[in-house]
Amino acid sequence: MIFRTVPAVVAVLFILGAGGAVSAGAPEPWQLGFQPPASPVMTGIDDFHNFLLWIIILTALFVTGLMLFVIIRFRAKRNPVPKRTTHNTAIEVIWTLVPIMILAVIAVPSFRLLYFMDRIEVPEMTLKAIGHQWYWTYEYPDHGNFTFDSTMIPDEDIKPGQMRLLEVDNRVVLPVDTNIRILMTSTDVIHAWAVPAFGIKTDTIPGRLNESWVRIDREGVYYGQCSELCGIYHGFMPIAVEAVSKEAFGKWVETAKKKFARADGGAPAARVARAGGPSPRRPATPAKRGESGSRLGEASGGARAGRAGGR
Amino acid sequence: MSTGVAAQAHGEHAHPTGWRRWVFSTNHKDIGTMYIAFAVFGGVLGGVMSILVRMELGAPGEQILDVIVGLLSGESAVDVVASGAHYQFFNVLITAHGLIMVFFLVMPALMGGFGNWMVPLMIGSPDMAFPRMNNVSFWLLIPSAILLVASAFTGGGAGVGWTVYAPLSTYGQPGPAVDMAILSLHLAGASSILGAINFITTIFNMRAPGMTLHKMPLFVWSVLVTAFLLLLALPVLAGAITMLLTDRNFGTTFFDPAGGGDPLLYQHLFWFFGHPEVYILILPSFGIISQVVSTFSKKPVFGYLGMAYAMVAIGVIGFIVWAHHMYTVGLDVDTRAYFIAATLVIAVPTSIKIFSWIATMWGGSITFPAPMLFALGMIFLFTIGGVTGVVLANAGVNIALHDTYYVVGHFHYTMSMGSLFAIFAGFYYWIGKMSGRQYPEMLGKIQFWIMFIGVNLTFFPMHFMGLAGMPRRIPDYPDAFAGWNMVSSVGSYIAGAGGVLFLYIVYRTLTAGERVAENPWGEGATTLEWTVSSPPPFHSFEELPEIK
Repeated sequence: MIFRTVPAVVAVLFILGAGGAVSAGAPEPWQLGFQPPASPVMTGIDDFHNFLLWIIILTALFVTGLMLFVIIRFRAKRNPVPKRTTHNTAIEVIWTLVPIMILAVIAVPSFRLLYFMDRIEVPEMTLKAIGHQWYWTYEYPDHGNFTFDSTMIPDEDIKPGQMRLLEVDNRVVLPVDTNIRILMTSTDVIHAWAVPAFGIKTDTIPGRLNESWVRIDREGVYYGQCSELCGIYHGFMPIAVEAVSKEAFGKWVETAKKKFARADGGAPAARVARAGGPSPRRPATPAKRGESGSRLGEASGGARAGRAGGR
Repeated sequence: MSTGVAAQAHGEHAHPTGWRRWVFSTNHKDIGTMYIAFAVFGGVLGGVMSILVRMELGAPGEQILDVIVGLLSGESAVDVVASGAHYQFFNVLITAHGLIMVFFLVMPALMGGFGNWMVPLMIGSPDMAFPRMNNVSFWLLIPSAILLVASAFTGGGAGVGWTVYAPLSTYGQPGPAVDMAILSLHLAGASSILGAINFITTIFNMRAPGMTLHKMPLFVWSVLVTAFLLLLALPVLAGAITMLLTDRNFGTTFFDPAGGGDPLLYQHLFWFFGHPEVYILILPSFGIISQVVSTFSKKPVFGYLGMAYAMVAIGVIGFIVWAHHMYTVGLDVDTRAYFIAATLVIAVPTSIKIFSWIATMWGGSITFPAPMLFALGMIFLFTIGGVTGVVLANAGVNIALHDTYYVVGHFHYTMSMGSLFAIFAGFYYWIGKMSGRQYPEMLGKIQFWIMFIGVNLTFFPMHFMGLAGMPRRIPDYPDAFAGWNMVSSVGSYIAGAGGVLFLYIVYRTLTAGERVAENPWGEGATTLEWTVSSPPPFHSFEELPEIK
């Protein structure tokens, strides 16, 4: 029964892996634990998960150990005559109460984390993320309300050093050490905007506006992927966030205002080009897109998100 | 499988033979046999699909689905890749795999198969309460399966996930495939509701004298609780998917915000069914494990009443935890807090069950034939899946793990491998009773070890992928995830080999298995099915058994 211990050994590796520092905001080969946290929320999740991991490993080891003991000690060869015990009130009460106590110990930090994560009362800036089949649109309502689309770079255009299926043409640029509110919606089906290093994963739902927040601890590029099945190219609408200093963010905003169109009017060159042009990851003649587009057009979706955002 | 049944039938009324015996069958054993054969078919189909999925995910980039779609459609692989048809096929595979394993493997095997076969035997009843309805229950599954399989070959198939979330399943995927999948679910649901009514009526009204509720074997208790879950949960699914149908075809907007509807309404309705559904898969498994562990420990089940009411508690709580599948949709924070609390509570009755199984073995005189190995394997797998369930219950951590492979690992350990190992345990435990022929012991044990190693290798690395952030339901992944995905795929091939070996064991058993007497398991097997011949007579009991 040696193999029974293998999962336990792996589980210990699991802890080591969770503790070992990895630098990037992206997955690493043979990674065992979470990506290194880059926000207070993810730090909270990581700490709580490490706490839970001890509890579940000890529980699993305890049960497996009991099973192994029973298998060895009470096998027919060693114990030919079975006992007839079928009740023991004391032990039944104990194995009911002890799990309840363990769960209570889990629940307290769990609730604290949940309420901490929920929302930020006084955001310093707002970002809007709008899901489409199959790319993201971002709006910066507090910085001139410019908008741009963010589409995955197809495999054939990947340059050395870029990560396949994670890199996008236009990254979201955000300042570090800033309380950022993120508002999320969708114009067609449900997507989910997720960045593992930030501890964010929120569904973007047509007709609804969801809210989350992040305060990025350090500069770097952080990657995530759409996390709700949204059709054929669900695996190909990544999220790439470039966290920069506040000064660099200010400079980027100035260039972005010139480069990208406003969300609420004008002739948005970038948007038109994106919406009309074929993308390698999207069907050339998208009948389905046409249909969903006529029901919940991109423009009206964006406008709806804008209204609900209290602009 | 039970070729002896008709031969031993007694003669007051006519028993059809040949194809009529099966198609017109009103006998719980024949219907149970058909359910088990159907489940084997479903398992092979769903298993092949899962192997295809793991082959595609064995390494980054296009692996085999572009070639397969090319062969099926007659297009070149390059055209397939350009059109994305292989990604759609991936979504169709994961959707069909999920639905087939749930509706056409686990439910037919546990409820329709073992439930039909063993519940009347265990409570000392000659048959089910409504034998003709029993026949209808089974035969509804056939068109249901045909519709689901046909949908995969209709207009690109239904690539919406087994959850069929709107609006991806409404205006997100036009064409008849999704409608066919929905109608398939309607039929499977109707079949299960009829079956549930039959079980409840049988168990409440047809117990032999002296067989009080508190003397029923735990497998019967588990089927009773499961039948109530089916009866209460499936109509909600039927309502939800009917609204999907009208949204898709008749211009209603239940789930379309453009017409005042709400996509989240669908999720609430689906998971109000979906969470009890996963307990529908695992509760009968609990029942089988209790019988097997008790038999091979040569001891009565420890804490019988606690075990029975733990299942009742799991069934009741199962109806009030559904939104823990929806922590990322934007629910109010207090609502999420409630669902954390309710979900954590489930760990209490489940740990009572785990500890009671161990206590049943404690002091026993344990032997380890194949059914006992599978039962022990099930307890181990369910424990691993159970503790990761405690992690997922916490909405805070869940944000990082929702819709990642961690969840895939969790639910395959619990409801999938938990159920599958219980099905194997039940099969090896009862095949001698059902067919009159015993399985080859050594092959059964080998099959256990192959399966056990295979499934752990397949599903344990999924926790690592999920923690690292790999989303579910993606046909290709960033290169960093390659390592554990390769391990997982290798594991699935090993488990697949175990499945093939199982098919051979079934063949060997039915063609060359040793004949067995009433009770091949000895003093530990105390339930009523071991008092009748193997296979049992047509109506099982010539006289009502008296339970002291």
